[in-house]
Amino acid sequence: MTIRFFISRDAASLAVGADAIAKALQQAADTKGLAIEIIRTGSRGLFWLEPMIEVETPQGRIAYGPLAPENVAELLTDGLMNGEPHPLCLGRPEAIPYLAKQQRLTFARCGIVDPRSLEDYLAHGGYRGLARALDLGPAAMIEEVVESGLRGRGGAGFPTGIKWRTVAQTKPGQKYIVCNADEGDSGTFSDRMIMEGDPFVLIEGMTIAGIAVGATKGYIYIRSEYPHAVHAMEAAIEAARRADYLGSNVAGSEWAFDIEVRVGAGAYVCGEETALLESLEGKRGLVRAKPPLPAHVGLFGCPTVINNVMSLATVPFILAQGAKTYQDYGMGRSRGTMPIQLAGNVKHGGLVEIAFGVTLGELVEGFGGGTRSGRPVRAVQVGGPLGAYFPVDLFDTPFDYEAFAARDGLIGHGGIVVFDDTVDMLKQARFAMEFCAHESCGKCTPCRIGSTRGAETLDKIAHGMEAEHNLALVKDLCETMKFGSLCALGGFTPYPVMSALTHFQDDFTPVRHAAE
Amino acid sequence: MAFHEPWNDAVAATIIAQHKAQEGATLPIFHALQKAFGYVPAEAVPMIAEALNLSRAEVHGVLTFYHDFRSEPPGCHILKLCRAEACQAAGGDHLATGVERQLGIKLGETTPDQQVTLEPVFCLGLCAVAPSAMLDDQPIGRVDAARLDALLNEVRS
Repeated sequence: MTIRFFISRDAASLAVGADAIAKALQQAADTKGLAIEIIRTGSRGLFWLEPMIEVETPQGRIAYGPLAPENVAELLTDGLMNGEPHPLCLGRPEAIPYLAKQQRLTFARCGIVDPRSLEDYLAHGGYRGLARALDLGPAAMIEEVVESGLRGRGGAGFPTGIKWRTVAQTKPGQKYIVCNADEGDSGTFSDRMIMEGDPFVLIEGMTIAGIAVGATKGYIYIRSEYPHAVHAMEAAIEAARRADYLGSNVAGSEWAFDIEVRVGAGAYVCGEETALLESLEGKRGLVRAKPPLPAHVGLFGCPTVINNVMSLATVPFILAQGAKTYQDYGMGRSRGTMPIQLAGNVKHGGLVEIAFGVTLGELVEGFGGGTRSGRPVRAVQVGGPLGAYFPVDLFDTPFDYEAFAARDGLIGHGGIVVFDDTVDMLKQARFAMEFCAHESCGKCTPCRIGSTRGAETLDKIAHGMEAEHNLALVKDLCETMKFGSLCALGGFTPYPVMSALTHFQDDFTPVRHAAE
Repeated sequence: MAFHEPWNDAVAATIIAQHKAQEGATLPIFHALQKAFGYVPAEAVPMIAEALNLSRAEVHGVLTFYHDFRSEPPGCHILKLCRAEACQAAGGDHLATGVERQLGIKLGETTPDQQVTLEPVFCLGLCAVAPSAMLDDQPIGRVDAARLDALLNEVRS
């Protein structure tokens, strides 16, 4: 009997040696004359346990990890295929507390299915959302998304259904669905994981969006730093086309929809929706002034829905299970679940999809297990390079759009980067300014020039030059950038800078830096 | 290793012709040229301008806006080191200094023997296995100086 093994092909799994494990497993099986099949899946998101192998047993899948290639042959002799006890045995992956405590709605299939197989997707509940959407018709499917309370997962938190309704109400003609897969925030990788691990769910979500608003063409703008995601999406789109899930009669209906992948070119600002549209049009990624909204004048001047990968990948669940089921998760005005990513100096780095309302402390200490270095946590940056640094005494903040805003922070795309007590917060504040200067599209002055002046002024503080005067200058500059910038790049750079200044004042005193 | 052919305007013309009908074709053309030649030479700019009915200034403007596109040929191997926050938190700064010292070049430069180009990158999405790098198209996580040294020796031999 052929024994089935599952090994992740997620880029982060490959980065820690998943291919070498797969090769060693095949070799060991060949040596022993065992018939095995290795299925390459996405990742479960338990990256500190990768590379990991799962084997199919009568009791379900049993996981082993983290593995080195030399462990594999020995595991086979120890009865790996029977799921027998072993020091590297992790038991059933679903029972690992990190995973067991999550609510995986968007990521339900990620790490389980073969991302190259449409059959596998269908066997695990794929395209049920589209089937129900086709029964409901465009108007009712939009209302379903509105009612679910889904808000833009890219960071802005704008209700997804309202965006759709706005585009649906424009007069018929060429319209577009644009998927923002320019996931540039450090500490975030959920878009990458879903594109590599369950690409069909994104295709299904975009297809539903297209039918809902009357768009026949969709673009996925993927950043060039994600070559594996580009390959995975292109392969899945091809498979969906072959099976008529994309094309002139989607799933046998009268609706037409197709998708094209476009690759970015290393400009962080293209994650901003209007800069992304300019880039798709083949221009410099300059931010556009709003209004007009992309919903009215978007790609090539046509009405355009532009949503983040996570927003679109959540739509199939909402349509399949109903708005009510999704809405029952969460707190306040933050409904449903959020895929949160634990990164940086963290013991248990990975993906945690959980209902809104979990506290920052539960995430960092509970799921994350503190720092990988073993030193005390000093700061966490939430929401990418434009997100605020939180000290440990704000760890009671619940993960919720409004709760973070109330504490001068943002949840952004759900990335949490953990730093231990060796971090120099003046250096981090300076990096925020430097990054803004590096990535500014140059269209508006506060962002283009303010960021460079900000980095210079922080350097003066580090050198003990008129510290008090220069601190006042930085604060004033942050005000100007926050209120005078055209988009979130210049407008939100003050979050990491001001939070560092507010919560970690000691790092900005001349004494500390003079001593170094 | 990444194989790039020397600049050839006939090949470039074919590549441009393949992509010119796409909506917003500039980025797809730049990517295709860079894939073939390792960079997008100044010679390509008037050819693209002609094909897309744009001015040379417009094409130059788009080309130079994006960090990805090189104006000079790179080395045989491209090592991208992540310099963003998650990797900073996991010792990325120290790692970068070490690699610069070992290769004898700064970020953004190519070794004198044309073997390795060292580029900074702002996030590879490998933040849970930080610090991270990418050598040609191979992602590398939990990088330390010894592992990077071994990988570089492997590709350079």
